[in-house]
Amino acid sequence: MSVVADRINEIIKPENLVYAKSPLLNDDIMHYCPGCSHGVVHRLIAEVIDEMGIQEQTIGVSPVGCAVFAYNYIDIDWQEAAHGRAPAVATGIKRVMPEKVVFTYQGDGDLAAIGTAETFHAVNRGENIVMIFINNAIYGMTGGQMAPTTLIGQVTATTPNGRDVDLNGYPLRITELLAQLPGAAYVTRQSVQNPAAVRKAKKAIRKAFEIQAMKKGTAFVEVVSTCSSGWKLNPVESNKWMEENMFPQYPLGDLKDSSRADAGLYSIKG
Amino acid sequence: MKGNEVIAEAAIRCGCDAYFGYPITPQSEVMETLMAQRPWEESGMVVLQAESEIASIHMVYGAAGSGKRVMTSSSSPGISLMAEGISYMAGAELPCVIVNVQRGGPGLGTIQPSQADYNQATKGGGHGDYSLVVLAPASVQEMHDFVVLGFELAFKYLTPVMILADGVIGQLMEKVVLIDQRPRWTNEQIAEISGSWSTTGKAKNRKKHVITSLEMDSYIMERNNLRLQEKYDQMKAEEVRFEAIECDDAEYIMVAFGSAARICQKTVQIARKKGIKVGLIRPITLFPFPEKIIAEYATKVKGFLSVEFNAGQMVHDIRLAVNGKTKVEYFGRMGGIVPTPDEVEAALEHKLIRG
Repeated sequence: MSVVADRINEIIKPENLVYAKSPLLNDDIMHYCPGCSHGVVHRLIAEVIDEMGIQEQTIGVSPVGCAVFAYNYIDIDWQEAAHGRAPAVATGIKRVMPEKVVFTYQGDGDLAAIGTAETFHAVNRGENIVMIFINNAIYGMTGGQMAPTTLIGQVTATTPNGRDVDLNGYPLRITELLAQLPGAAYVTRQSVQNPAAVRKAKKAIRKAFEIQAMKKGTAFVEVVSTCSSGWKLNPVESNKWMEENMFPQYPLGDLKDSSRADAGLYSIKG
Repeated sequence: MKGNEVIAEAAIRCGCDAYFGYPITPQSEVMETLMAQRPWEESGMVVLQAESEIASIHMVYGAAGSGKRVMTSSSSPGISLMAEGISYMAGAELPCVIVNVQRGGPGLGTIQPSQADYNQATKGGGHGDYSLVVLAPASVQEMHDFVVLGFELAFKYLTPVMILADGVIGQLMEKVVLIDQRPRWTNEQIAEISGSWSTTGKAKNRKKHVITSLEMDSYIMERNNLRLQEKYDQMKAEEVRFEAIECDDAEYIMVAFGSAARICQKTVQIARKKGIKVGLIRPITLFPFPEKIIAEYATKVKGFLSVEFNAGQMVHDIRLAVNGKTKVEYFGRMGGIVPTPDEVEAALEHKLIRG
């Protein structure tokens, strides 16, 4: 035995264990690029489902986009939705099996462009589902085109001179809009740029799943995320770019924390 | 009862678990009837008005993943919007029943009856190589019966089934014999029927289930396609349904489905009084198409007349079945106009007998 092997054996003793991969994450190598936030958020979801003991009740709805393959990594039942339709698919699942736990996992193109209608109406109905929204201001899977959340001046494959307001309009702060809807119970914006942020994001995701159990309405967690490949930056630069450019436009924190509105506020008088 | 109302009544009585829809003329009575009946109070059936036909069909997709019996209904422009979800359901092999009470097109077209969605329904309607079982009711009774049959076929083949009605049948009032109320499937029954694929939460003793139409490996994707094609071949072998009326001694045969077939039945009587030996083949399944019976008669008769409320769509399938052995002509009206039996009889003489 080499000295190195002896040392490794010493280190991997169970009593030295401080962190382990969630049992709900399998051993498949993720297809995500280095520095991408998806892997971290997948891990947080897997941990929350495991810690809450709801693996056998949970159905995930994966989107079209980089996270289309989320179903390859987390060991729960999944339904893969058409582009943008995850909130409608989740509505269908939850309505026929209200005792189950249902969540969507969507990117910015999926949730805030092609699926805007499905997103708004699911939240407005106050569907008892969790929606996880990965906002990295770009289309990753199709090769880095403009997203609804792309910042003004940001260079993408379809805005080679930077996003131009006259041509492309404004970055869509859909989370702020959703927080206005009476069906929303919990709306928050998080990120995963450092360990402290990861811990906060996990707390938010857990809270979202707890709100579903309490049938309080839709729980919506945006995670401001990196896309190193799309942004053409290395992982460290990506985090820095996100903090400097994304956070001012997409400030972190809770936008709504209550439960869906009382119907009386909206009812006819007679 | 009215054709559209019967769809709702049959759905409740056969133990359907959920209906998702969006209002559109001429079939809005389906959801209105469901909402008035409040089946969620009796059986727990879910009825939800969605924000669009797109959302409706994807709610159906989601709910069907549970292994439960789920349906929607719409009319032509709405079905176009659903094409995406129908393709996904065919690809993911999910069962459901979709009712199309057709109106005239293209575009917004008209709210009057039409059969112009024949090609859309029988050739899949969305992207990719897929087919639906397509049932064409010609009476209010069949509107009822095909909801029940539709769910049977949907689960036998794990496929979306389309009931291709038209505005006439949807709005028609006729007597109908309703089935007795059947209970919705229990969770145990659902587990037995769909437990090998449904996404109801991963039990400890099984692998996770994933419902998807996606496959990045071309060889596996081709195998998936071949499996679908095998299914369609089996439908062609086992599910063809048609009605042959006065065809035994016929020199000419009309082919018509749905409300067009009702008109042609009268045309048969009118023509026979004139001494013209004409029969009628009414395809009940438009997919699988009754090509064998048409091919058999192709060597016996002097010609076929396809009668359709469109520009001539089914006529192509008849020509394929006839394969050049005899004459095949088309007569139809468009834009919501329903021809009279005399008009069809005149076309029979003009286009087929003297033409």
